[in-house]
Amino acid sequence: MNPPTPSPTPVPISGSPVDGVLAVAAIVLALLVAVWALVAALRHRSPDRVQFIGLAVLELLLLGLVVVTVVALAGGERPGEPGSFFGYLVTLLCLPPLAAVLARMEPTRWGSAIVCAVCLVTPVVVIRLQQTWEVLGG
Amino acid sequence: MAEPGTARSRTNAGPGRLLIAVYLLFAIAASSRAAVQIATRLDEAPLAYLLSALAAVVYIVAAVGLARAGHTGRRVALACCALELAGVVGVGAFSLARPDLFPDETVWSGFGSGYGYIPLVLPVLGLAWLRHTRHPDARKGPLLTPGA
Repeated sequence: MNPPTPSPTPVPISGSPVDGVLAVAAIVLALLVAVWALVAALRHRSPDRVQFIGLAVLELLLLGLVVVTVVALAGGERPGEPGSFFGYLVTLLCLPPLAAVLARMEPTRWGSAIVCAVCLVTPVVVIRLQQTWEVLGG
Repeated sequence: MAEPGTARSRTNAGPGRLLIAVYLLFAIAASSRAAVQIATRLDEAPLAYLLSALAAVVYIVAAVGLARAGHTGRRVALACCALELAGVVGVGAFSLARPDLFPDETVWSGFGSGYGYIPLVLPVLGLAWLRHTRHPDARKGPLLTPGA
C-alpha cells in the first residue's frame, strides 16, 4: 500500500510576504527608535537627528513591505482578511510620517515622547498585519 | 497650530501634543476597525460594531477639541473624555455581564483589554490634562482665578 499522498491543493507555501526579514527588521528598528526616543524624553531632549533618520529608515522598510506585498498579490496570493489587511497596511505607512510631523511641531521632550509612542504602536500594527494575512481558523 | 488668541491655553502643546497623537492613533484604529466591521458583517454583532463606530467618532472629536485648544475646544474635549470614560467603564462592565450582546470585540469591551487598557487610561489622562491646563484659560471662562 502506498502511503496516502498529500492532497494536491495548489496552496502556495511561499509563506506570508509580511512575515519575513523586512517585518522583523521594521519591528526591531521601531523598538530601537522607541527606546532612543524614550531616553531622549527622560533626559528632557527634543527629537534629535537620530530619531528622524530612524523614522525615515523605518518608513523605507515599511515601503519595502508594501513592495513584497504587491509582488505576492501579483503572484496570485491573497490576504486572509483583505479589508483589515489593507487597512493596517495604509495605517502602518502613515505612522512614521505622523510621528515626524508631530515631533517637528513639538521641539521639546514631548516631541521625543510622541516618537516613542508611535514607535511602540508600529510593531503592534506589523503583527496585526501578519495576523490578517494568515487565515486564522479558515 | 492654534489661533493667535488662544496661544496661552496650551492644551495643544507639550504633553498635550503627545495626548493628541495617541488620540489620533486610537481614532485611526477605531474608525478603520468599525469601517471594516460594519461594511463586512454588521448583522453579526450590530451593537458591538455600532459602539466601535461611536468610539471612533468620540476619539476623532476629542483629538480635534484638544488640538483646537480654544474655550470651545476644551469643552468639546471635556465632553468627549467624559463620554469615553463612561463608555469604556460601561461597555467594559456590560461586556462582562452580558457577553452574548458582544460576540465580537470593540475598542471598549473588557475595559479596553484588547488595546492594552489604553482606552481606560486615555480619558483619565485627558481629563487630568484639561484640569492641569485650566488656569491660563480661566480668563475666558466663568472661573476667574487671578494670581494663579
